[in-house]
Amino acid sequence: MGRKLLLEHINVPGINTFDVYRKKGGYASVEKALKTLTPDAIVEEVKKSGLRGRGGAGFPTGMKWSFLAKPEGVARYLVCNADESEPGTFKDRFLMTYIPHLLIEGMIVSSFALGANTSYIYVRGEMMPQIRILERAIAEAKNAGFLGKNILGTGYDLELYVQPGGGAYICGEETALLESLEGKRGNPRIKPPFPAIAGLYGCPTVVNNVESIAAVVPIINEGGDEYAKIGIGRSTGTKLISAGGNVKKPGVYEIDLGLSCEEFLYSDEYCGGIANGKRLKAVVAGGSSVPIVPANLFLKTINNEPRLMSYESLADGGFVSGTMMGSGGFIAFDEDQCIVRNTWNFTRFYHHESCGQCSPCREGTGWMEKVLHRLEYGHGKMSDMDLLVDVSKKIEGNTICPLGDAAAWPVASAIRHFRDEFEWHVTHASEATTRNYGLAHYADPLPKKEETAA
Amino acid sequence: MKVTIDGIPVEVEPGTSILNAARQIGGDVVPPAMCYYSKLQGSGGKCRTCLVKVSKGSEKDPRPMPKLVASCRTTVMDGMEVQNLTSPEVIEARKGVVEMLLINHPLDCPICDQAGECDLQNLGFEHGAAKTRYEFDRRTFHKIDIGDKIQLHMTRCILCYRCVFTADQITDHRIHGILNRGDHSEISTYIQAAVDNDFSGNVIDVCPVGALTDKTFRFKNRVWFTKPVEAHRDCDHEKCNGKVTLWYKGEDVLRVTARKDVYGEVEEFICNTCRFDKKKTSDWVIEGPRKVANWSVQSANHYEMLHPLPVVKTNPLLQEANKEQFERETRL
Repeated sequence: MGRKLLLEHINVPGINTFDVYRKKGGYASVEKALKTLTPDAIVEEVKKSGLRGRGGAGFPTGMKWSFLAKPEGVARYLVCNADESEPGTFKDRFLMTYIPHLLIEGMIVSSFALGANTSYIYVRGEMMPQIRILERAIAEAKNAGFLGKNILGTGYDLELYVQPGGGAYICGEETALLESLEGKRGNPRIKPPFPAIAGLYGCPTVVNNVESIAAVVPIINEGGDEYAKIGIGRSTGTKLISAGGNVKKPGVYEIDLGLSCEEFLYSDEYCGGIANGKRLKAVVAGGSSVPIVPANLFLKTINNEPRLMSYESLADGGFVSGTMMGSGGFIAFDEDQCIVRNTWNFTRFYHHESCGQCSPCREGTGWMEKVLHRLEYGHGKMSDMDLLVDVSKKIEGNTICPLGDAAAWPVASAIRHFRDEFEWHVTHASEATTRNYGLAHYADPLPKKEETAA
Repeated sequence: MKVTIDGIPVEVEPGTSILNAARQIGGDVVPPAMCYYSKLQGSGGKCRTCLVKVSKGSEKDPRPMPKLVASCRTTVMDGMEVQNLTSPEVIEARKGVVEMLLINHPLDCPICDQAGECDLQNLGFEHGAAKTRYEFDRRTFHKIDIGDKIQLHMTRCILCYRCVFTADQITDHRIHGILNRGDHSEISTYIQAAVDNDFSGNVIDVCPVGALTDKTFRFKNRVWFTKPVEAHRDCDHEKCNGKVTLWYKGEDVLRVTARKDVYGEVEEFICNTCRFDKKKTSDWVIEGPRKVANWSVQSANHYEMLHPLPVVKTNPLLQEANKEQFERETRL
């Protein structure tokens, strides 16, 4: 049983209200941080914790904070990226809905550490319920003296605002988010300069994911060293995973990083296995943008060791065989799922969401979608697979922001691991539109439950 | 700062971009640029045609950069080593970019009004593949007038944003921009609004393809049949210095443009009065024939020793002196 640092009180009735949250020890980190610690000491604690950004990139949070420029007389900002919209990822939404004060508590401590007197929570525009929940929680925290002028009599001022986003996936990219927050079209900026130097309104800015900011609370409460004891290697602490697809128990789980993939997928504490007694065919481990892997490579590394839910283990082998932790959007595909259809579906999303600023992403995502569409509907050619791989290579690494990579990886990995399924769509064109391509040899090496029983 | 591009060293000021460092060397080491425009702040980085490989970051940190970088938006570091044409990776990526750009840009150079002055034409010729692998329908748009003198044909637009930056930075108020997202993006104006401010004509000059064209010149002639002549006038517009290129056909000034440098960028933006309303030779002080690079299709029929200028065809003395040329032009 893993530790619950973020979701410890999730089942407490009324935990989304200030009073209940406070009774359960909420806002203790604010008192500790503002009254006993200096901003630099908080940054040090976060560094010690080894916390890595939970939005997908996995960059060390403490190091990111230490990059923040601190020129005299210039405002600094903390922006919480709550624009979560990657297909398969819904853990931030869950956290904001059920335990909003955890995020606000984390925002106060983080803002203090960074010297920010104005902070923003940028929430995807469609998430109106979460926006209302957060606004109410902010009002509660302000009434209790945890926000506004002279917080807890310490002399520290902080105004926290919730900003509805533009409703575009690209607005989750940190520089596009800042553009959108400034009231402009949500197009990514070209880096450098990085937001730590010139971010919101040209001022030094840190953009952190909801879960990263929430994780600052237990780090301050228990100390960075204690937090670092959880997990494995450079993957420290706990991680929220939103499990979806064909698992028996979809939902948001908090795991200790380093948990074995097999346990996460099959134990009753987490996903409970594959629904309807089917076999596992493939997994997208960290949201739709990360490479898809077949079951056997998800459960075991190329050295036949158990694969772990950690940044390093999932990325083992990199693009060759592994995948990524990403944002923790876990999607399982059973043996009946069509990889071609799924890849087309993902690509359709990235085509729709490309901002259109740079040519490879603007034109390439549409091109890939059209080729995948014709493959799925029985009009493909054998050369299409090579074409798709080549186009994805032309996009990957050549775009302004990572959306290009996010669009390229699912396609390239699907063809790498499931090329014969794509070829089947060409050779069995008439059947492709009506039948799925269930391949037994893609199924995971673990027996079905009923087989075990027998 | 010392930078080496394709093995050629150059000393540049701190803050110089790789592209501008390459331009100081000149020749083939200069990466192509479709969206970068040195006169417009914030331009560049979008088309990705200027991608280069940084094989050595700097003297202090010699590690190579992990990805190709946009040379127009990456500043140099002391000791940086850059590969442009010497990197197969760059060549391949650029070929890919050209293919992408040509997905939604028709290759109808023979009928496009920009032919001969099209940066994409040159880019495709120098860096593109012989044929495309794209087999789907291209997007098409109706031509629209965005002002009484400017026509927009979105079918040819490559969304370089140059015109948006131009309108944003050199006109009083911008009333056009980008609508929609991804490959549905398009340049458009506010509903029923016309681009008609004093400097709006400059969007024509900055457009690297045939998307924005001068309605007073469209299809009146081919650029290589015209004679470019440098000229100036005392313009009373405070922001316009009145230095232009006149494009003659016979005695007629077919169009007036700003003067462009070797990279196709204007030297100074000009006002609409100079561009659209001054089309008589008497409006201008002629400076002499414009030098046209011999690699450009515009150089056809252009000779530096061309005398008389087309404007003096009515001068009998000069006609006599240049009898052969006069007869040839009359015949044409």
